[in-house]
Amino acid sequence: MRADVTELPVSIPIPTGAALAAAPVNRFAHRRLRHVGELAIEVVLFAAAFSAVAVTVAIVGILVYESAAFFSHVPLVDFLTDTQWTIMFSEKHYGVAPLLAGTLVTTTVGLLLAIPVGTVTAIYLSEFAGARTREIVKPVLELLAGIPTVVYGYFALVMVTPALQFFMPELPGFNMLGPGLVIGIMIIPYVSSVAEDAMRAVPVHMREGSYAMGATRLQTALRVVVPAATSGIVAAYILGISRAIGETMVVAVAAGQQPNFTWDPREPGATITAFIVQVALGDLPHGSIEYQSIFAVGLVLVLMTLSFNLLGHLARKRFREAY
Amino acid sequence: MTTETARIRRLVARGKRFDKVFVILGLMSLMVGVLTLAVLLAGLVHDGAARLDWDFFTRFPSRRAGNAGILSAIVGSTLVMLITALTAIPLGVAAGVYLEEYARRNWLTEIIEINVNNLAGVPSIIYGLLALGLFVYALDFGQSILSAGLTLALLILPVIIVATREAIRAIPSSIREGACALGATRWQMVRDHIIPYSTGGILTGVIIGLARAIGETAPIITIGALTFIAFLPDPPLGAEFPFVSFEWLKSPFTVMPIQMFNWMSRPQAAFQVNAAAAGVVLVVMTLVMNGAAIWLRMRYRKRIKW
Repeated sequence: MRADVTELPVSIPIPTGAALAAAPVNRFAHRRLRHVGELAIEVVLFAAAFSAVAVTVAIVGILVYESAAFFSHVPLVDFLTDTQWTIMFSEKHYGVAPLLAGTLVTTTVGLLLAIPVGTVTAIYLSEFAGARTREIVKPVLELLAGIPTVVYGYFALVMVTPALQFFMPELPGFNMLGPGLVIGIMIIPYVSSVAEDAMRAVPVHMREGSYAMGATRLQTALRVVVPAATSGIVAAYILGISRAIGETMVVAVAAGQQPNFTWDPREPGATITAFIVQVALGDLPHGSIEYQSIFAVGLVLVLMTLSFNLLGHLARKRFREAY
Repeated sequence: MTTETARIRRLVARGKRFDKVFVILGLMSLMVGVLTLAVLLAGLVHDGAARLDWDFFTRFPSRRAGNAGILSAIVGSTLVMLITALTAIPLGVAAGVYLEEYARRNWLTEIIEINVNNLAGVPSIIYGLLALGLFVYALDFGQSILSAGLTLALLILPVIIVATREAIRAIPSSIREGACALGATRWQMVRDHIIPYSTGGILTGVIIGLARAIGETAPIITIGALTFIAFLPDPPLGAEFPFVSFEWLKSPFTVMPIQMFNWMSRPQAAFQVNAAAAGVVLVVMTLVMNGAAIWLRMRYRKRIKW
């Protein structure tokens, strides 16, 4: 039948209703089945895509379920107002404040390093560097982002803290400053690559307009490109903050794992993530209050990153510029 | 008039000076990252070189630092990566294909997209908590290779989905239209054109995802991997009927980053040397994988001309 196609007459007679009815058999009829196959494939692919939703539901479900058990033992007020977290001791206090303080201190130290350095790197790569430099530096930054966090933990404990002790002799071997700085170095690539992408997306004619008015490169970069790319730069910062809050191993290795309600980065401390690691290493029985507590603080961690992401979403909407 | 020209000249000179200052500042910021990488690698090699010999790769962990090796950790990492790859690649590619080629613009698609983006931002240790509650206890897989592999698969799923979508988006629509014009069904179009042409991009994403998974420590600690494993899991192929065994899926295990973390948290200096040596092996593994991904991406970018 297929051979017919090549021998079609130049003028194709249009089949009328009668001719259609008289046509022997629809030669595509045997392919009806393929619609069933197509549908089956679409269902399978949809199920795979929907697994992302299932994972989210599972995460929220498990965190809420175990946290509910935790809060049936521990009043929410104690959890929020007590300033001690001594769940591993005989006299138990369930105040999340020390863990929150630890998380905020290391995150802040990290951001104080990563945001300026990451932003300047991004501006330099996008507005000043030649194509060659960019081609070499970007992969190196990517490699920096690919190094396992446990190795960064070793770096913080064995190299960074001793180096800091050279300048600050009274700094203890476990402190939050060293890990905080290392977290900062870890998130520089995230901040710089997202911010750079945002700046490079700014149309060239805007830069040309600025140069035509006699502005220098730096003036163009700071007064034209950066304002135009603000929404993307904010997104880069938010990504950095999420990474810093959720970073685990660096702090678990080098900050001392002692919940400590302080805002001084030179002291040892524990973050939410470090506490989860500490409990998990102890191999606690399923269903104990300590077991439930890691889900409760995990819920706090998720709420923190979620609210930052939400903030970022709103900020992106607020600063969005369309060209 | 001359004073006015001089004023403008001064202004221009000042602007150019600021440009130069910023270039120096930019190079210094670049160096923060690049130098860190160099110092980190040099320090690790310096600390760990003494232990990096053949014995280190062929021995089990030991109470005596000088006798300890990473055999069980390397085997554990390999098996966990196997499960991760077998789960995450089909799931991630299928999800990416659905979102790019099948999904209609409606609220359901939007929910899925929001979820994929959010999952990419969830801290890795939260996946560990999910795995502890779901895989270890609810599904009763125990603290096993299977639980760890599935956990890391969920962790890198967003990476693979996003990479697949980007690779597919780069294919011009003329390819799709050409296939459809010749009577291909949607699946035939996807199978014969979309997937083959996006393989390079997908592979890049898969390698980056696996490189991340192999270095992940926190979620594996959370599900309770042991650190002292002086045996290997049951081999998957046996000499007796039925020849294939899946016992290894349920086996307790350790992986490279956990082994390193364990050595690091011991007080004795000799174990710190082991930690550094394990760190060198781990960093080389991830650098090689990430380097391969970068190389692959450049190669495909150069080669494809639509």
